Amino acid sequence: MGPLVRLVAAKQEARQSRSAAGEQQALADALEASRLDLTVLAGKAEHEDAEAILAFQIALLEDENLTAPAFARIADGELAGKAWVAAIDPEIATYDQADDPYFRARASDLRDLRDRVLRRLAGDVDQAVPPGVIVAAEDMPPSLFLATVWRDGGLVLRRGSPSSHVAILARSRGVPMLVGVDIDHLENGADAVLDADAGVLIVDPDPALQADYDRRLAEQSQARAAASTFTGPVVTASGEPVQLMINVTGLAELSDIDPSKVDGIGLMRTEFLFQEQEKLPSEEEQYQIYRQMAEWAAGRPVTIRTLDAGGDKPIAGLTMPGDLNPFLGVRGVRLSLRRLDVFRLQLRALARAAVAGNLKVMIPMVTVPEELDRCRVLFQDAIDELRGEGREAAMPPLGMMVEVPAAALAVEDFNADFYSIGSNDLIQYVMAASRDEPQLAELARPSRAMFNLIGHVVAHAKQTDREASLCGDLAGDPQQVASLLDQGLRSFSVAPGALGAVRAAIARYSGKAA
Amino acid sequence: MNELKASVLMRHEVGLHARPSVKLTKLAKAFESKIDLGLSPDGPWIDAKSIVKVMATKAPKDSTIYFRAEGKDAKAALDALVTLVDGDFQDGP
Repeated sequence: MGPLVRLVAAKQEARQSRSAAGEQQALADALEASRLDLTVLAGKAEHEDAEAILAFQIALLEDENLTAPAFARIADGELAGKAWVAAIDPEIATYDQADDPYFRARASDLRDLRDRVLRRLAGDVDQAVPPGVIVAAEDMPPSLFLATVWRDGGLVLRRGSPSSHVAILARSRGVPMLVGVDIDHLENGADAVLDADAGVLIVDPDPALQADYDRRLAEQSQARAAASTFTGPVVTASGEPVQLMINVTGLAELSDIDPSKVDGIGLMRTEFLFQEQEKLPSEEEQYQIYRQMAEWAAGRPVTIRTLDAGGDKPIAGLTMPGDLNPFLGVRGVRLSLRRLDVFRLQLRALARAAVAGNLKVMIPMVTVPEELDRCRVLFQDAIDELRGEGREAAMPPLGMMVEVPAAALAVEDFNADFYSIGSNDLIQYVMAASRDEPQLAELARPSRAMFNLIGHVVAHAKQTDREASLCGDLAGDPQQVASLLDQGLRSFSVAPGALGAVRAAIARYSGKAA
Repeated sequence: MNELKASVLMRHEVGLHARPSVKLTKLAKAFESKIDLGLSPDGPWIDAKSIVKVMATKAPKDSTIYFRAEGKDAKAALDALVTLVDGDFQDGP
């Protein structure tokens, strides 16, 4: 809840028009000021990739091939802002139309640069996001998201999808966010309520509605405060212990989480080490990240999922373009077993990190037992190879994601050390309904068929004394917690932002209703 | 002034993307000579000092990069650029 702030969409011509010489000077000044801004940012960039993007933007500003046409247009009587846009937009269009997803992604770097110069031309200083506002924008780079203090604020975007990197960061930090919003009609400074649970943005709410949300917000922040001071083990109302772990995408999210308040990491999504990168991460880079996670957890389990690329998570240079039906195509372990060069590096990094802590490894999209067997052999090969090189390596428990109905139905046939139910994919495969299709939202929900499958997997795990947890969005939905506990599930892995609510829902549970 | 030429196979995993292109144009700009880049021995040639032009080649992995340089330090420029590409765009001196 809060005032709306529209980012970017810099006003093109706020200034009085001046002489051609004056306009040229204004553009030169704006370019130089932008270059300085970027140089300062590059100096502060902690991540090598952020630095590379900034260096790219700086190089563009220094390139006369980009700027000269703008100055020529000014000489012909155009205003500075218009001339700059006319010079850079064709470049942006070229990138937008590129086949290679890496090149397409650079279009947003150019847009960012265009708007930065426009803001400078309009006399704005560098745009920071004030705390407690609802930000409306075309798209948001993860770096800006991470640099923002969100507190009670929120985010509405026109672009992006629920599975984009920024969406996952928002979920992990408990920041309400909507995508696919028509932001053109939003007025800067208008009061608004963002209810991400209901998926609505209410502009200019009437006083009664506003009061209602005020109350809910106060309740939520009380619940959050209560959850964050609670450090004891998670138990149901009848005193049964439940394991509560977190889902993460990288080290950055761990910096403000106290490891003693969770039972470990139930899902580390390694895709994000591979996305938004110029090249695939090396064995050493991966090893350092996995090892630091294990060290952060200090003996608690850290469950790392091998690369789950494909489906809605394409990766430049790795996933296959033109897959007609990506969710039923070459993704997860199917891709890993076809790209052994990439998979072997990841297994080597994992085998090395397994020496440093309580590491567990799980394989995504396993459909038939042979896939898991094959992974186990490859893992052992990686360990033998490392030991042959005189390096330390260990075989961690090797488990599987249960997200394909075939695997859930025949779970007895798989030689897995543990199971982790991936509810997001399992729901869409069981219900034959995409979770990205708003019209099918009613179908792409947990159903009795889904709970039966979960119950089947959990019962088998119990019989064979193996662990079964659930790491999809379903686990983080407080309204589903009781149904999951009813199925015998006693291990949940949720986005850090959902910890408090799930903990509270577990504490309310007093056993299966008769 | 005579024109010098050189070529080198680029093995960088993702081709001539942002980071390699930034390094290449920065290095080219350190020399006075006019330096062009092409993807075939007889062009078309683009200005190797322009990030806009270099990125626009979208040269993929395993392309051969051709350089031609004209100027006082042409030889040194070509040597440095070939070393950069051949060394997979690692940070050099």
